[in-house]
Amino acid sequence: MRAVLIPILLALAVPAQAAEDLGDAENGAKIFKSQCRTCHMVGEGARNRVGPQLNGLFGRAAGGLEGFKYSKSLARAGADGLEWHFDTLNAYIDNPKVFASGTRMNYRGLKDAGQRADLLAYLRIYSDDPANIPEADPTAVGTDHTVAPEILAIVGDAEYGEYLASECLTCHKADGADDGIPSVTNWPAEDFVVAMHAYKDKIRPHPVMQMMAGRLNNEEIAALAAYFETLED
Amino acid sequence: MKLNRRLFLGATAATLAAPMVNAAGHGKPRVVVVGGGAGGATAARYIAKDSKGEIDVTLIEPSRTYYTCFFSNLYLGGFKTIDDIGHTYGGLASNHGVNVVHDWAVGVDRDAKTVSLAGGASVPYDKLILSPGIDFVDGSVPGWDLSAQNAMPHAYKAGSQTELLKAQIAAMPEGGTYVMVAPPNPYRCPPGPYERVSMVAHQLKMTNPTAKIIIADPKPKFSKQALFEEGWQKHYGGMIDLLGPDFGGENVTVDPGAMTVDVDGEVIQADVCNVIPAMKAGRIAELAGVTDGNWAPVNAIDMSTKADPDVYVLGDASQQGDMPKSGFSANSQAKVCANAVRGALTGSRVFPAKFSNTCWSLIDTNDGVKVGATYEATDEKIAKVDGFVSQTGEDAALRKATYEESEGWYAGITADMFS
Ligand SMILES: Cc1cc2nc3c(=O)[nH]c(=O)nc-3n(C[C@H](O)[C@H](O)[C@H](O)COP(=O)(O)OP(=O)(O)OC[C@H]3O[C@@H](n4cnc5c(N)ncnc54)[C@H](O)[C@@H]3O)c2cc1C
Repeated sequence: MRAVLIPILLALAVPAQAAEDLGDAENGAKIFKSQCRTCHMVGEGARNRVGPQLNGLFGRAAGGLEGFKYSKSLARAGADGLEWHFDTLNAYIDNPKVFASGTRMNYRGLKDAGQRADLLAYLRIYSDDPANIPEADPTAVGTDHTVAPEILAIVGDAEYGEYLASECLTCHKADGADDGIPSVTNWPAEDFVVAMHAYKDKIRPHPVMQMMAGRLNNEEIAALAAYFETLED
Repeated sequence: MKLNRRLFLGATAATLAAPMVNAAGHGKPRVVVVGGGAGGATAARYIAKDSKGEIDVTLIEPSRTYYTCFFSNLYLGGFKTIDDIGHTYGGLASNHGVNVVHDWAVGVDRDAKTVSLAGGASVPYDKLILSPGIDFVDGSVPGWDLSAQNAMPHAYKAGSQTELLKAQIAAMPEGGTYVMVAPPNPYRCPPGPYERVSMVAHQLKMTNPTAKIIIADPKPKFSKQALFEEGWQKHYGGMIDLLGPDFGGENVTVDPGAMTVDVDGEVIQADVCNVIPAMKAGRIAELAGVTDGNWAPVNAIDMSTKADPDVYVLGDASQQGDMPKSGFSANSQAKVCANAVRGALTGSRVFPAKFSNTCWSLIDTNDGVKVGATYEATDEKIAKVDGFVSQTGEDAALRKATYEESEGWYAGITADMFS
């Protein structure tokens, strides 16, 4: 369904000229799926997850999406006047940490300029005319694991979470910096719970995390999620 | 530079101690922490941070700069500078209100509940946490004692000893010999000596490729041995010789004057001799009367000593069960202890004890390995629950990611101790 949709959508939404300038949106969709979708949503129904939703991205001020907790670094860049356009996004995606040191975007960068152009062509679709966004493919939500709704519904005890989190903070820095070890600060609780259960069930592959998650029960995972969601820098 | 640092220390320790101590004694519960390393700094930080001013926390630590033993081998290998592994106590004081007293604790009166300092002051406590790290067992390597540490450095407490060892490695003659006398169990950082050998080999391969490394080891096997031996073969083929107990590695004497090492009757002339003696709890634990033999037995549930419920021992000095003596372990134990101490003094919620450890080691550039486990408190001890270790034959990308992870961990744990 998706494969059919995109060419049509391209024809509709992106003027031929712009498409040429930017790159191949169809290929960009594939790149988005493999590189970005675990953290970002775009398209109808897109909401903030580990990363902000990307509808209306072009022209948005950095750190400027209402309701998303940005790193200090990105919020400051936005306050200093950084806006997302082709050139700034292109530089950011190339190497997020170099462009905005202290960003919580745990992504090493997309090194190939052609691939970046394709990706941006794809994202551009959702900025051009947001009202015109086609129905999103429901499987586009990049959860990598399914967790029973009753587990997701557990309300975490954030104070217990704070104690349990002290064990996480030996490696994961509270300020969200990530050199070699990803940030977990301010993850939405649901994403956190899903990720931890994926480790616990040994679907996500890291041995340390499989071990750590393996001995946490459902309440403890919920407690940690509740704490990390609200952690202030 | 080295001299200046020492002079500075000597001068400040005495002058700072007296006025800070008087700050105690205004009705708030008082916690005194001795030793500002992996265990002590973490405990002081968590108790002060989480009690939000309800508990008076004093940290007694003679050094103004704490050089981490973790990553000190990477300094020897040229991957880190000495400044990269130095940390100061300003954040604990200004961010969390810890009273940092730069002095030595020289005695503990458990009846009067006071700690006496070298500067003469006496500091009262309600709860005392000792995390003094290790000292060496006299006579464990015949011919060596602390007075020989300049000729034959241990570099097992980081700082000037590590700088000395690095300078000695740099001064080795072409094709010279580096001898390590490895310690018997139990000792701090089980993979530490072997990571060190890897890092020394990495350095020598670049600057002195015909040099030799000999390890005289009393233990028949050691942590991550298969991984180290695979890496040594791959990166440093022929440079490193391991003399285990089969080859007399448990029968070693040294002569620091002649720079010789006698391994079971065979005399080796060394250019550098790194003696890592047998270890015991830092002396203040013994002075406090909470040790039994070389270490301080503790209750797994909260790290309180078997000898005294108001005295806790963390980290290397404790005898707790299955956890290795590591910075990660000390940091983990400190958080369990902090939660329990705070609960006892202010009635805050006390949660179940959970412990964990991971030790990363670097074998060569971007060739990192790790071993780790989780633990729980049982009635007798801290008991292992589950664990993992890197595998031989892993691909280069995974080894590189493992090294990068260790850098992330270093940034994390040092922030968790000092920020
Ligand atoms: C070469 C090497 C490599 C290592 N690598 C790793 C690693 O990669 N990962 C890891 O987790 N661990 C590693 N370790 C182990 C780690 O350094 C120790 O396990 C850890 O530091 C133990 O913490 P601690 O609080 O018990 O003692 P320490 O960190 O040693 O702290 C003790 C502190 O107490 C102070 N002190 C002592 N006596 C007194 C007194 N009487 N009064 C006041 N203060 C006092 C000392 O000055 C010191 O600052 C390594 C160790 C070595 C030697």
